[in-house]
Amino acid sequence: MSEDTSAGLLAPGATKSPGLLAPVNAIGRTALGGVAMLGNCALFAGAAIRAAFTPPWFPRQIGRQLMQVGFLSLPVVGLTAWFTGAALALNIYAGGDRFNAETVMPQIVALGLTRELGPVLAALMLAGRVAAAMASEIGAMRATEQIDAMETLSTDPMRWLIAPRLLAATLCLPLLTLVVDVIGVSGGMLVAMHLLDANPVVYIRNTLDFLTRWDVESGLIKALVFGFIVGLMGCWHGSRAKGGARGVGQAVTQAVVSSAILILASDYLMTSVFARP
Amino acid sequence: MTVKLEWRGVSKRFGAQVVLDGLDLAVERGRSLALIGGSGQGKSVTLKLALGLLQPDAGAVYLDSVDTTAMRPADRRKAMRGIGMLFQGAALFDSLPVWENVGFRLINADGINRREARARAIEALALVRLGPDVADRFPGELSGGMQKRVGLARAIVGAPELLFFDEPTTGLDPITAAAINNLIADRVRQMGCTAVSITHDLASARTIADEIAMLHQGRIVWRGAAAELDTTDNAYVRQFVSGAAEGPIAAHW
Repeated sequence: MSEDTSAGLLAPGATKSPGLLAPVNAIGRTALGGVAMLGNCALFAGAAIRAAFTPPWFPRQIGRQLMQVGFLSLPVVGLTAWFTGAALALNIYAGGDRFNAETVMPQIVALGLTRELGPVLAALMLAGRVAAAMASEIGAMRATEQIDAMETLSTDPMRWLIAPRLLAATLCLPLLTLVVDVIGVSGGMLVAMHLLDANPVVYIRNTLDFLTRWDVESGLIKALVFGFIVGLMGCWHGSRAKGGARGVGQAVTQAVVSSAILILASDYLMTSVFARP
Repeated sequence: MTVKLEWRGVSKRFGAQVVLDGLDLAVERGRSLALIGGSGQGKSVTLKLALGLLQPDAGAVYLDSVDTTAMRPADRRKAMRGIGMLFQGAALFDSLPVWENVGFRLINADGINRREARARAIEALALVRLGPDVADRFPGELSGGMQKRVGLARAIVGAPELLFFDEPTTGLDPITAAAINNLIADRVRQMGCTAVSITHDLASARTIADEIAMLHQGRIVWRGAAAELDTTDNAYVRQFVSGAAEGPIAAHW
């Protein structure tokens, strides 16, 4: 029989009514569990940041992760950018046509991509590709005692395993965002050339004349935060994986879902700060 | 003889389950001890406490008379430099070739350059009878017995003073298991180091160890020379050796 934890809340002599207090208990347990999880995540993030910025560093590991996270993500991020830029241009053309505003398509495509879609799409693609890979790799290493082995080999897993991944994700996402911006604008330009007979040189000049430095910078700042989120969620959920294949699978799902939610939530928060006139 | 490693009054529980209950066990320098016992009796936990992978709820583990449980993680990792460990499943790093697995500590903890680490890794592989052709292969390309030998090479590469073996023959056929046991026994004797093995495999315990201790319900219920394993009248040992269902040890299903 399970222990009734509500008993201690009752006044002396009061009648015990576990049925009545059960929902309150459940809410309390959930809230405490949530706070504990948040605390654990914050401690993990603190330790990872400390490991990332203090020696010893493992440059070979950092290099491997930069290649894995950055270079190998280029095809998927590039394709996403091109199709999104093209679809965005089509939609803006179709919508703008209703009030003869289709000529502002290049500017809106550029603004939409640099400030919003570039960092968010690159981050979501990275969440699917990289956070999942990190969680599964680290989770499998935990399940097969490889992380314990690393400790016994006098090497801190936080420095060898976690910090390089966190650094790579944080550094690569702004660069990938720049790639998305360029390829997305190119996708929009091809649509404009097809639909509007636009001159590519004029299209690019219009785009560059319209964009401010802050449009690009704000997107890059967002990308920096999103990259940190992707790296942190991938590593944290992987390092908490318990059990065998099922535990690793759950860690992967949690890493992708929590990355996506945190990316979108932090995007709103940052946009509400950056978009003030 | 001086004591190399000691568990003093160590208790550990997971939730309501008491795994170790005031464990007292000491291993003298240069001796090889095998810890035997049924499944779920706390053998692996005993080892993980000595390696600092778990913290005890009470008591302490002493390495060369220094309380390792009170050490900061960074200091414990430094203390680990004199320790080698062979994991049950070898626990090789999938993403690294064999030589880098063996030379992992040399490269990442001792700061030895990769060329020298590779040479020393190949020397260590030769000690476990693996040729240099294995060095550039990945763990996934090796058989279970070869993985165990690579794990053993990784454990001995820095000439540690203390070696741990966690179920060194689990999952191996009897012939490969015997070869691994002999290899471990040879290495331990030639290096003159202290060794602690945990195993279900009595043949392994007899080959590797000078002494055997039996763990039951979180405490040592018998300890003696390896040769006494078959002659003792201790009821726990008798049942464990004979594999009888009846006796003081209840079966774990």
